[in-house]
Amino acid sequence: MVRILYFAKLREDLGKGGEEIELPAGVATVAALRAHLVARGGAWAAALAQGKSVRVAVNHDMAEPTTPIKPGDEVAFFPPVTGG
Amino acid sequence: MPTIRVQTEDFDAGAETARLRAGDPKVGAVASFVGVCRDVNEGDAVTTMTLEHYPGMTEKALAKIVDEAMARWRVVDVTVIHRVGELRPADQIVLVAVAGAHRGEAFAACEFIMDYLKTRAPFWKKEQTPQGARWVDARAGDDEAAARWGADEKNAA
Repeated sequence: MVRILYFAKLREDLGKGGEEIELPAGVATVAALRAHLVARGGAWAAALAQGKSVRVAVNHDMAEPTTPIKPGDEVAFFPPVTGG
Repeated sequence: MPTIRVQTEDFDAGAETARLRAGDPKVGAVASFVGVCRDVNEGDAVTTMTLEHYPGMTEKALAKIVDEAMARWRVVDVTVIHRVGELRPADQIVLVAVAGAHRGEAFAACEFIMDYLKTRAPFWKKEQTPQGARWVDARAGDDEAAARWGADEKNAA
C-alpha cells in the first residue's frame, strides 16, 4: 500500500484529500504513479495530465518524476506552492 | 538552535527578534522580514485569505531551508514563523529573522530563506474576492529569485 495525499486545488478538483492504494505491478516511480492515476480518466486525467503544473513529495521530500516509490511510502500531489 | 513554527496565532516580531539575540553578545546584526496580507491582488479586492499547508512536511521543509542557509552563511540563529488558517488584509503571514555577527550575512541569509520558502515550502493561499474564491497562482518571479542562489528546480512552471 502507498498513502497518497492531495492538497489545495488538487484536493478540491479530485474531491478527496487522500487515499491508500495497492501499487500495481510495474509502478515504481513518481511518473508511473501519476500515469496510473491519470488512466482513471475524468477529473484525474484533467487534474494530473502531463503538462499540468503538479509538484510531488515522497515521504515529505520534494520529488522528481524519476523518484522511486515503494510500498509504505507517503506520496503527495499538489499545485505549485504559494506561501510566504 | 533555529526556531521554526507553523501556527494559526499571530506573532510579535519585536519580541521574537529580541528573544533571537537575547544573551548572545556575538550577535552584531539582526535582519528580519515580515510578510503581510494585502487587500488587493491581481487587481481584485481581497477580503480574506486562507492558508493551507502539508502538516508533517511543512516543518521539515522549513528546517531544511534554514539548515541550508546556516551552512552557506555564518549566522548565529534563525527564527521562522509561518501562519496558516484564515487571515485578513493587514494580518502578518510570515516572519523570518536572522541573527549574525555582521549585517551582510544576516541580510543574505534572510533573503535566501524567504526566496526558498516561496518556492519549496508546502503552503497554498486561497483568496476570497467579491468575484468569488480563487487559489493564488505561483509566480515565475519567485523562481527567478530562488535561482539567484543557485536553485535549479522550478515551482511555478
